[in-house]
Amino acid sequence: MTEIERHSYDVVVIGAGGSGLRAAIEARLQGKKTAVISKSLFGKAHTVMAEGGAAAAMGNVNPNDNWQVHFRDTMRGGKFLNNWRMAELHAKEAPDRIWELEHWGALFDRTKDGKISQRNFGGHEYPRLAHVGDRTGLELIRTVQQKVVALQQEDHREFGDYEARLKVWAETTVTRLLVKDGRIAGAFGYVRETGKFVVFEAPAVVLATGGIGKAYKVTSNSWEYTGDGHALALLAGATLLNMEFVQFHPTGMVWPPSVKGILVTESVRGDRGILLNSEGKRFMFDYIPEVFKDKYATTPEEADRWYDDPDNNRRPPELLPRDEVARAINAEVKAGRGSPHGGVYLTVVGRMPGGAEEIKRRLPSMYHQFKELADVDITTEPMEVGPTCHYVMGGVEVDPDTAAAVVPGLFAAGEVAGGMHGSNRLGGNSLSDLLVFGRRAGLGAAQYVDSLGEDRPAPDPEDIERARAEAMAPFERMGGESPYAVHAELQQTMNDLVGIIRREEELVRALEALDKLRARVANVSVEGGQGYNPGWHLALDLRNMLLVSECIAKAALERTESRGGHTRDDYPEMSPEWRKINLVCRLAGDPDDPRVEIRRQEMEPMREDLLALFDVDELKKYLTPEELPAAVAAGDGEGASQKETAGTETEESGK
Amino acid sequence: MSYQAKFRVWRGDAGEGELVDYTVEVNEGEVVLDVIHRLQATQAPDLAVRWNCKAGKCGSCSAEINGMPRLMCMTRMSTFAEDEVVTVTPIRTFPVIRDLVTDVSFNYEKARQIPAFDPGDAKPGELRMMQEDVQRSQEFRKCIECFLCNNVCHVIRDHEENKPAFAGPRFLMRIAELEMHPADRSDRRNIAQEDHGLGFCNITKCCTEVCPEHIKITDNALIPLKERVVGRRYDPLVWLGAKLGIVKKSEDTPSA
Repeated sequence: MTEIERHSYDVVVIGAGGSGLRAAIEARLQGKKTAVISKSLFGKAHTVMAEGGAAAAMGNVNPNDNWQVHFRDTMRGGKFLNNWRMAELHAKEAPDRIWELEHWGALFDRTKDGKISQRNFGGHEYPRLAHVGDRTGLELIRTVQQKVVALQQEDHREFGDYEARLKVWAETTVTRLLVKDGRIAGAFGYVRETGKFVVFEAPAVVLATGGIGKAYKVTSNSWEYTGDGHALALLAGATLLNMEFVQFHPTGMVWPPSVKGILVTESVRGDRGILLNSEGKRFMFDYIPEVFKDKYATTPEEADRWYDDPDNNRRPPELLPRDEVARAINAEVKAGRGSPHGGVYLTVVGRMPGGAEEIKRRLPSMYHQFKELADVDITTEPMEVGPTCHYVMGGVEVDPDTAAAVVPGLFAAGEVAGGMHGSNRLGGNSLSDLLVFGRRAGLGAAQYVDSLGEDRPAPDPEDIERARAEAMAPFERMGGESPYAVHAELQQTMNDLVGIIRREEELVRALEALDKLRARVANVSVEGGQGYNPGWHLALDLRNMLLVSECIAKAALERTESRGGHTRDDYPEMSPEWRKINLVCRLAGDPDDPRVEIRRQEMEPMREDLLALFDVDELKKYLTPEELPAAVAAGDGEGASQKETAGTETEESGK
Repeated sequence: MSYQAKFRVWRGDAGEGELVDYTVEVNEGEVVLDVIHRLQATQAPDLAVRWNCKAGKCGSCSAEINGMPRLMCMTRMSTFAEDEVVTVTPIRTFPVIRDLVTDVSFNYEKARQIPAFDPGDAKPGELRMMQEDVQRSQEFRKCIECFLCNNVCHVIRDHEENKPAFAGPRFLMRIAELEMHPADRSDRRNIAQEDHGLGFCNITKCCTEVCPEHIKITDNALIPLKERVVGRRYDPLVWLGAKLGIVKKSEDTPSA
């Protein structure tokens, strides 16, 4: 048996994107010896792909903005399925997290009076996204990366060792969490460069592994997004929430084929970009759903006035929440009004007062991306765009305040955690989510470690041996299938059968196909050695993608309604009864060959003071009569809402 | 629109390696990284390559393509003739781990030596900065850390011995970024010269030429930083003023 390295930490953070690094910073600030396990190089995480910005109600551009308005927008975007406590914490704490970034060196774009500028985005009532051009994610990751380095420099001064209390394990992948007597005892993984195995002994593990996009063929996600944290949590006995909700970003590139799925930022629409079909029609006006009827412009004239005079006009329908726009594009293409490569047109040509120069200044990455990858000059030609798998709203079930999962010692933050975004995430709410709950997870983990005292669980040697054998298995199987081929088929299955529009018969077929794929995943074999062997890495990632795919398909079959990122052709209505239900996945059956099991779990009713932030008429669209505020139930619909919300007036006057 | 392209890819590890010939399908609109992925999927499953976003935003897939340092994801196959042999080798300045993957830890070590942003006594939320003041450093913060600038810089490309004393364009630009940051209170001018080798740079602009983000590294970061260093060290008026006790020189921040 090969030698296995062992290292001890107080807190191990798996994932080095925005939430992972923010969690690690917090754990280290709490004095905990912390490791960050990064699947890629330090600073390369998928967070760099976030373009638009980080939503935080600082009120720098429109002073009417505050946490209550942000909270309302978030709940509306998620169609009221959000964990309301998470949405509340997020809306309240996001501004502090942004200012903290600035204090660590981030350079956001500025307002005229020198504050952090904020931009419009889909579903946000006011300009709310702190941003840096269209590369906000890069700024965020670089800032937290440099904060990690700053803390290491402090430790170097104090201990003569940069890594005394905070170490980044670059290009290292965790394949198993180690659990002893029901509590977290550590993690098992391999270092890519050498292929050598490592055991991290730690009583607290924070999952910050991001999403699952690589289970789909057309995705904006990078190779790392294989649902690792989701699967590790399941395998450790934790639960996943509402996995059926997958966000298809409405605007991914559709051509050339090699870049299909790559993101085209929503800022294009926030900065006056419009969607057109092949007949040149601005079609989004035909797709404003009932629940949003009074908030969106009904004519192009009104929509165009909104950019300069948002107080007296309603928003353009291009800025509806992402699920609505993605479905609309899908419908246009299906109706034969799509672009040559199966998308629709998105254009900024002639839309900005400053002409081509302003387009290049406001959307530099997009200009660059289309010019270099598609030979398209967005200042003179429209872009072709279509939906792409972008984000999973579902994730590890956590306690809102501490980010603790149901397994003691396990925490989760960022995309891998569930609940915050309900059935659909608003653009800009992810970067702020990473910071708010990354910090809370680091804090939660540190407090948990403190509560243990000397009583730390030690990993079981048998579990370590099992994890090693599992990781080595693809080398030992001879003549099995190539992991690349099996992966391609899994992606095709999910794309075709569990995509943006779903129906029962297809979901049943998907589950049958996944069942067959399970046997094939278990039989892949790889060649070459253990050092930097991508075929081997993919073979190990397949287990995770298969597990999350099963969760998504099963939950999608179970939920017989349409809401946010889950659209059932055969159940097109949104049901107030279903709104109260969370679908919870866990593994059950034979531990060596476990199956995904799903159960319904009633949602906790929203706190009265939060409920009171909404218009009763709006609540009636989502909630069952029994759930409405007590005053309404008693027959008085007036005055039950809107005490402290400065935003209401403007909102009303826009009608 | 498909054709069979001839590729030569460097295969091997830290010990030794060689260029291996492949014939591989190429389709319309593809980039070099697509072709490398097709090789993995069809002919060389263990071909090591580092990549993430495939959209020119993460800076992982740096390599030398026909001798030119580039991002593989941003190098379109249409820039080559169909009968042209495309040679892909790992970036040369850093040690090879395997195939196209190199050990870039040099860069992370240098990053650690540069004193972090220092906001002085300002509290979070209090900072006020004007767009025209943040713009200069914002340009440098576009950097995706692909390390192509450090790879191409002749100071270390063929001179291993210079590595300890030279941070490379990437991290000299980081110093410039902090020096031009409107809210930063440290003074890194002295260490730019003393510890990080700014004097080695003789402004040949190779770094600027290969930067996939089109950052004007030499003109906007390195030359202005040189000017600031000169101002700090050699300005006769400052020297005289300091001697006479009229001008108070700022305190030099040591490397971290």
